[in-house]
Amino acid sequence: MARFLIPLGVFVALAIVLGVAIKHSPDKENIASPLIGKPTPQFALPDLSEPSKTITTNDLKGHWYVLNVWGTWCVTCRAEHPMLLEAARQGIVPIIGLNWRDDDDEARAWLNKLGNPYALVIVDREGRTAIDLGIYKAPESFLVNPQGVIVYKQVGEITPEVWQKEFVARIKGTTAGKS
Amino acid sequence: MRLPRFAILLCALACLSLLAGRPALAVDPTALANPALQARYLALTHELRCVVCQGETIADSNAWLASDLRRQVRELLVAGKSDDDIRGYMVARYGNYILLKPPFSLRTAWLWLAPGVLLIIGALVALRIVRQRSAMVAQDTEPLEEEVRS
Repeated sequence: MARFLIPLGVFVALAIVLGVAIKHSPDKENIASPLIGKPTPQFALPDLSEPSKTITTNDLKGHWYVLNVWGTWCVTCRAEHPMLLEAARQGIVPIIGLNWRDDDDEARAWLNKLGNPYALVIVDREGRTAIDLGIYKAPESFLVNPQGVIVYKQVGEITPEVWQKEFVARIKGTTAGKS
Repeated sequence: MRLPRFAILLCALACLSLLAGRPALAVDPTALANPALQARYLALTHELRCVVCQGETIADSNAWLASDLRRQVRELLVAGKSDDDIRGYMVARYGNYILLKPPFSLRTAWLWLAPGVLLIIGALVALRIVRQRSAMVAQDTEPLEEEVRS
């Protein structure tokens, strides 16, 4: 009997270890960002509506904002777009668009056609700021507090539930609770 | 009629998987002028994970994020950064996940130590079995001869 119990025990132990490992393995949808709790990386990028104008990280400091990374090539961004429009309509927090590796004209055409949820769109055509932000797929969205610190990062689409739970609740929680 | 079709499908799938497993070649046509830098460039890009494409390194991937990351590695090398600086630069942005070889830490200790521990356990078990068998042989040689013959 013991002859079978030992291999069985080994098998069960291995199954548990692998099971736990699979459960905790980095989800490809959501790699934990090392940027959470850190200041937003410095950037100086052109404004989509006025490309001669440069927007820097410091220009955005002083209030909550959502930095939403998108591109017209990104299918999920199109799916997310109505939610962003709704979020903008609520007026709780401005949404700043980061147009990632895109074409300016196509980006403008997209916003004209689908509506513009963004308070401002900055253009990262070479994808350098995207690397500083640790972006690997669009859409990705950061919630940045008035001190310019990244509080939360959403990889993938913002659903209404995510919007309420991760974005709105965080903004309201701190503004109502502490100050 | 059903079986051959199924066989064809299997064949097609096998061919596809062969294609998928083949690493993309020569994603970077231009080499760095300095051969020492180029060697470090190749080594580093083979250590970094193309975060969008899972198992691939940034050296093997055609994804444009991988090409952006390669550009970054190249620029940092030219700017005189050390290999550790460049790894640190990537980890600061993408986390340890970007390193195909995870660093040794308390969290990853089991990952590095498990193979060695398993090997030792296996060796001990094998040793025990060998000892038991030879003890049996020492006790009585008759059954051994039978075992050998059969």
